[in-house]
Amino acid sequence: MDGRGIRIEGLKKRYGRGDTAVDALKGVDMEVGQGEVVGLVGPSGSGKSTLLKCLGAVIEPTAGRMILGDETIYDDGWKVADLRALRRDRIGFIFQAPYLIPFLDVTDNVALLPMLAGRPNPEARRMAIELLAALEVEHRARAMPSQLSGGEQQRVAIARGLVNRPPVILADEPTAPLDSERALAVIRILNDMARQFETAIIVVTHDEKIIPTFKRIYHIRDGVTYEEAGEGRDIA
Amino acid sequence: MISLAGRDIMHSLGKFVFTGMGLGLLIGITLSMAGIYRGLVDDGKALLDNSGADLWVVQQDTLGPYAESSSIYDDVWRSIRGLPGVARAANATYFTMQVRQGERDVRAMVAGIAAGAPGTPGWPPYLVAGRQITRGHYEAVADIATGFELGDRLRIRRNLYTVVGLTRRMVSSGGDPMVFIPLKDAQEAQFLKDNDAIRQQRQRTAENPAFNRPQVPGLLEAVIASQSTNPYVNAVLVQIEPGHEAEEVAQAIRRWKRLTVHTRSQMEEILVGKMIATSARQIFMFLVILSLVSAAIVAFIIYTLTLGKIREIAVLKLIGTRNRTIVGLIMQQAVVLGAIGFMVGKITATLVMAPIFPKYVLLQPLDSVIGFGAVMVICLLASIVAIRAALKVDPAEAIGG
Repeated sequence: MDGRGIRIEGLKKRYGRGDTAVDALKGVDMEVGQGEVVGLVGPSGSGKSTLLKCLGAVIEPTAGRMILGDETIYDDGWKVADLRALRRDRIGFIFQAPYLIPFLDVTDNVALLPMLAGRPNPEARRMAIELLAALEVEHRARAMPSQLSGGEQQRVAIARGLVNRPPVILADEPTAPLDSERALAVIRILNDMARQFETAIIVVTHDEKIIPTFKRIYHIRDGVTYEEAGEGRDIA
Repeated sequence: MISLAGRDIMHSLGKFVFTGMGLGLLIGITLSMAGIYRGLVDDGKALLDNSGADLWVVQQDTLGPYAESSSIYDDVWRSIRGLPGVARAANATYFTMQVRQGERDVRAMVAGIAAGAPGTPGWPPYLVAGRQITRGHYEAVADIATGFELGDRLRIRRNLYTVVGLTRRMVSSGGDPMVFIPLKDAQEAQFLKDNDAIRQQRQRTAENPAFNRPQVPGLLEAVIASQSTNPYVNAVLVQIEPGHEAEEVAQAIRRWKRLTVHTRSQMEEILVGKMIATSARQIFMFLVILSLVSAAIVAFIIYTLTLGKIREIAVLKLIGTRNRTIVGLIMQQAVVLGAIGFMVGKITATLVMAPIFPKYVLLQPLDSVIGFGAVMVICLLASIVAIRAALKVDPAEAIGG
């Protein structure tokens, strides 16, 4: 594995104790290389969200290993002291709904992350504008989130996920609220961004419209993942 | 780093301003309550200041003349005047009644002042219009708060008085404006009986063989005359010569005249510590209740505002925002809300409530500073509930499932 992907080995997550314990993840193996977009597909209750939360350093796994780039971040315990900084600097999030901060304009919604990372405001805004331009929403830079269409909001959310150039992006059903055309447009953008910024992107979905676009798909069922080659349908 | 609180406030400015205005009305009432308390104390001190006295000589073992009834002979002042250290001594009589003027009446404290010149104890120290009383009867000087004007004819008991002078800020400890009349008139008015009662008393005296003795001519007339006059006043007001201690002169009067003497500090203690103590406690309780209500309202508002941003807070935490940034967001909003509230409250108390309130409302700058500090502290404390809620938000809430 190269320096910017993510690898998971035998990841387990157990909720509760004793008789009431539930094994949400029973030993997940997964690997996503730099510039690659993979799908994570599974029915409700299969462990998708738990896996996403573990990958996002939001909840602590019970056992296993997670390697981000060249650094082991979890090995039967967190190996990183500041999980907040890890999430801020090295993991990008794109949610089912855009969840933009309603009182910040488009630029500041995107620039907030580099600002939180300590970059000066002008530099953070410059980074945001560059990314908004790449996602073709630069003309909405001063608009408030409530003034954007659904597709524009999702592109701004993608820009926010990418702005700190994280090695991995976790996208939680990013096309759920969109129609086919816009859903495919989002996947095309994610593929472009993955290539451009050498980012590993994991897209959690059960959206039948976009599943054929993945070259590799991880199916998850009862806390166990199975890898499958996807159609990799061209969406250019 | 941008100010998240500032952006949120600007984004929903109308909501913040209207909420702050609502809070401001409550703060305005709170400030007014503090002003009413200050006004009560100031009224008491104004009464003492305006009397021009250093000592109040009253009936033995009483707290007169303002807090308790006191009655001493009206010739006592002469012997007090002769004591060492006494510069001036003058009788004074006070009673509160409805003073009539035409069809209306005004509750006022009537002060009977001894004949003399401006500067005599008991006299109004200054006038805003007209002149001091110069005749022995039926002239009055009224506080401007009575609404009387120069030349008005007032009815006190059975007699009519012409207003010859107007003064300002001459009030009783209860805030009633004062009307000054000649001492003799006040003595008569204070215990004046109605005609039927006088006639009955004369008849009883005439029927009493002890007073109506044919062999002692003039006895009955003398007894009746003594019954129809009032030789008492409420107090003798004393001014001390420079270079003498008030307590030293007071001791001499107590020792030789067997009367009670109150110094200025003792009178203040009687007025502030005893007369308005219950009112002060009531106002203090209102202040405490209003402060608690304000705190509860601020806490509720901030908590509601925070709950409305739970999803955004979850996203902020997920993307790596520090807790102190989120705490700052909530606290800054609470402080801004408090500042808007205080500003509106101060304006309301100063420009709206104080002028229309029937009691004197004294808003002191120091009270405003303390009030602002208290509002800030209350707002910060009130934001704790919202901060706890925000810090409990799990960043995982931003991720579905």
